[in-house]
Amino acid sequence: MPEPTIYELSSDGRTGVLFPEPDVPLAEFPRDLLREDLPFPELAEVDVIRHFTKLSTFNYSIDKGLYPLGSCTMKYNPKINELTARLPGFAGTHPLQPSVTVQGNLALMFNLQEFLKEISGFDAVTLQPAAGAQGEFTGVSIIRAYHHSRNDTKRTRIIIPDSAHGTNPATSSMNDFETVGVKSDARGNVDLDDLRSLCDETTAGLMLTNPNTLGLFDEHVLEVVKIVHEAGGLVYGDGANLNALLGIVRPGDLGFDIMHFNLHKTFSTPHGGGGPGSGPVGVTQALADFLPSPIVAIVEEGTEEEAPLYGLVKPARSIGRVKSFYGQFGMLVRAFTYIRMHGPDGLRKVSEYAVLNANYLMKEVKKSYRLPYDRTCMHEFVVEGVWPELPDIHALDVAKRLMDYDYHPPTNYFPLIVHEALMIEPTETESMQTLDQFAETLARIAEEAHTRPELLHGAPHNAPVGRLDEVKAAKDLVLCCWIPESEDKLL
Amino acid sequence: MFTPHTQIETEEMLKKIGVKSLSDLFTDIPKQFRFPKLDLPAGITEMEANAELHEYAAANESTDELISFLGAGAYHHYIPAAVDAIISRGEFATAYTPYQPEVSQGTLQAIFEFQSLIANLTGMEVSNASHYDGATATAEAGVMAYHHYRGKRLKMLLSESVHPQYRETLCTYLCGYENVETKTVSHEGQPFTTPEDMIPYIGADTALVVVQYPDFFGRVFDLSALAAKTHEQGALLAVVANPTALGILKTPGEMGADIVVGEGQPLGIPLSYGGPYLGFFATKKEFVRKIAGRLVGETVDAEGRRGYVLTLTAREQHIRREKASSNICTNQGLMALAATVYMSLVGKTGLRQVSGLCFHKAHYAAEQIKKIKGFTVETGGHPFFHEFVVKCPIPVEELNSMLLDQGIIGGYDLSIDYPMLKNHMLVAVTEMNSRQNIDDLVDALSEVQNA
Amino acid sequence: MKILENLKYAKTDEWVSADGKIATIGVSDYAQEQLSDIVFVEVTPSVGETVKKDAVFATLESVKAAADVVLPVSGKVVAVNEDLSNTPEMVNADAYGKAWLIKVEMSNPAELDSLLDAKAYEKFCEERSH
Repeated sequence: MPEPTIYELSSDGRTGVLFPEPDVPLAEFPRDLLREDLPFPELAEVDVIRHFTKLSTFNYSIDKGLYPLGSCTMKYNPKINELTARLPGFAGTHPLQPSVTVQGNLALMFNLQEFLKEISGFDAVTLQPAAGAQGEFTGVSIIRAYHHSRNDTKRTRIIIPDSAHGTNPATSSMNDFETVGVKSDARGNVDLDDLRSLCDETTAGLMLTNPNTLGLFDEHVLEVVKIVHEAGGLVYGDGANLNALLGIVRPGDLGFDIMHFNLHKTFSTPHGGGGPGSGPVGVTQALADFLPSPIVAIVEEGTEEEAPLYGLVKPARSIGRVKSFYGQFGMLVRAFTYIRMHGPDGLRKVSEYAVLNANYLMKEVKKSYRLPYDRTCMHEFVVEGVWPELPDIHALDVAKRLMDYDYHPPTNYFPLIVHEALMIEPTETESMQTLDQFAETLARIAEEAHTRPELLHGAPHNAPVGRLDEVKAAKDLVLCCWIPESEDKLL
Repeated sequence: MFTPHTQIETEEMLKKIGVKSLSDLFTDIPKQFRFPKLDLPAGITEMEANAELHEYAAANESTDELISFLGAGAYHHYIPAAVDAIISRGEFATAYTPYQPEVSQGTLQAIFEFQSLIANLTGMEVSNASHYDGATATAEAGVMAYHHYRGKRLKMLLSESVHPQYRETLCTYLCGYENVETKTVSHEGQPFTTPEDMIPYIGADTALVVVQYPDFFGRVFDLSALAAKTHEQGALLAVVANPTALGILKTPGEMGADIVVGEGQPLGIPLSYGGPYLGFFATKKEFVRKIAGRLVGETVDAEGRRGYVLTLTAREQHIRREKASSNICTNQGLMALAATVYMSLVGKTGLRQVSGLCFHKAHYAAEQIKKIKGFTVETGGHPFFHEFVVKCPIPVEELNSMLLDQGIIGGYDLSIDYPMLKNHMLVAVTEMNSRQNIDDLVDALSEVQNA
Repeated sequence: MKILENLKYAKTDEWVSADGKIATIGVSDYAQEQLSDIVFVEVTPSVGETVKKDAVFATLESVKAAADVVLPVSGKVVAVNEDLSNTPEMVNADAYGKAWLIKVEMSNPAELDSLLDAKAYEKFCEERSH
């Protein structure tokens, strides 16, 4: 049963919440600046709660089950994080309060900066970027600012492997860089010869996801970094896959110059149906002055009895702000809580078990699906969702059929270098039994593909809606609710 | 804790993989850097973490305990309990961005409703699924204008009475684009720019004109003439709007804006030290393909049932890669949901009520402050909504520390962003400030002269 | 897949039909098949504008892909197919007919010589299908 929209549920005269009558004399409104009508729905609180509760049941979520979306790190989100982020002492603070009144916030942010530095091996961290994509933008802006500060303006190109996330080339373009692709070799590493041939005095940097989107750790990562550095370029690390590396290796130690973190992946802050994320950026000492403004620093050292005084400072050659205020603060509280609970041993365990789970699942899944790069994987792996003998079955069909068995599908059609890719990332929070059941289901679907392909083509059969007509959506473009009183659709 | 594996299971799994220990899974990592010892405090239990985080929170003074007159882009409003009840649901909070529409209809329909509400609130034809915050939504207006004119118009005119952080963010975003020029327009050397001040600067090279409504100083202007002049020159007008004010004020759409952006935090989102907030972005139908970020559209499934999908995705980074005009992968999902629930709850009546309360209380406060010796309210004779500038007899920093002693968080010190405005405070009043709170502020300010 | 005998083709999948100095340009049947259901067509230059060979002049969008269309010849724009903005599906239905994109008065008709004839283009498409 589809759920009506809030506009369709509206009844004239209802309201979900009332506010007190004014306790001050009424002032005169500027008559010529008033709107005539506010076309908003009118509902009681119970209508609103039932509507959104009903909608919530149409969603798949981590709380419901395994969410093996490759490169998205859909790990369980601890409930304690929700409690700490909502503490009135945090949630009630205004971003422009004098810093003496928000020492708790600033101390937490300072310590989180320190934690992230230690985990990644970088020298300075900004918490400001609002999401991974904005972290990337920040990082690439820093690359540009760095070269320009040295009057090295001929570095106009960024090298990006063919296995990279689509955001990497888009981010380079936003900074006016030309994107140059570098190939992967037969083992899924960056092709060193190709890289050498591309690196020259026009190279601004390399954007490298490591482990890459095949879930493989580049076996020549030190050589890759060296080649780029020798050409005068900087190495940017896409931290999307950091969940494989906590306490395992620090990108800063490997020679990376910049990296963004995805707190919503690695550090368990909830994805929220598409945000808010949080994308802090770490850099080496040479780049620290370029970080977005402001960052948190100790402005007055503490003593034995007294805590230090924290404040907001502007880095000397900052690229400027990338958003208002200081970052997605509520997400910072959640990530901080997560890191504090885990400590160094717990974090290493996170990555060890993320990698254990991926390899365990890979071992099973490759029995019925082709695994194009067959080596020990890190936190995820990529198989093909097609069989040569079944030309009509695609990865999409496998993905949709998984919904009938109450699983969220893996990432499909990415990375582009694998034909009909299914990219699977189980994360460390899934048990052996959950993985066994998922592997069994995938095997069953592989069998169905051969024996009853119609089950895959028509899938999902048990979801709230069937496959939706995306062509109609794009051509007819209905982007707003129909308002019952009005003659026609707004658009 | 959050890894459910028992020792026996771990061993069984290792055996199946064919390795002896967990460390054997990491032989691809350069040996000299493998397994660094992280210098972090040892892990703690949930109970201890809870206590520790309470300590951090307790080291703050918050609007929860004190009386606050601080605004300047983030506002203390009442959040009905139902908002948190909905956004706390794991079905919403722990879902990913809706790439698989069949199992994401909850998120998708909620975004569709959000788009509808924002379009109606701003008086525009379309809204996207949201941006990170008001500052980035404003920056995206600049990016859209740049792409709209394909680099043929390169000038962005910004009123100095637009939020300083929004202007700075827009500059950061646009400095990657070759030859783009941003010009900040002031008013006779002061930042109190009016729409009329903008007009002489609009020319054939102007891509975008950006003003705020109510402006950063709380003042409200009719923007119709500015919109007409902007269009005469073939440029676009972007208006940064406060959503609470739009409960009663004429919409920017009605006055001719091409793009309306703003900070959605006042719509049911806590102050939370500046984030997560919510950027909204609405525009005309003709620009729909130029919008950065997500859009949800209505469609049907094979059986003709209504459903929702992400649409016009061919513009996005995962398809267009280096040719995409933005690298955005998602929206500010859960915050957009909070705003949707808030707008549904307060509805037509409630939003007008909140809007009216803010207006009346702010005017009462201004009237009272005006009467205090040494203080003047500086609106330049223009109407204002729920914020106004007060010229004080002493520096605002000093004044605020005196107010703090009396349990009051004073207004924003404008000299931080505008050095010429020393002793100028921006006071915000919302429905959360009772008449008593306002009288307390007035009493405290009156004592300044005596002190 | 349809390939018309009397047209010239670019390796980027545009076709050109030359009538004196006037070149009518569209995308091939192969291109529309690759893109699947076209939902949006945008032709950027306006009539009277001077355009150069190899410049992007149009964008086609399907649900899953977006493609830039480049000019196979240089010259001055004499007509733009406005109908396609309302009927983008025409590109799928009639790629060589009603779905022409632009007409250009060629400044250098010799540029046509570097394009493929039907036979060579057919071979080129077959190679890519493998």
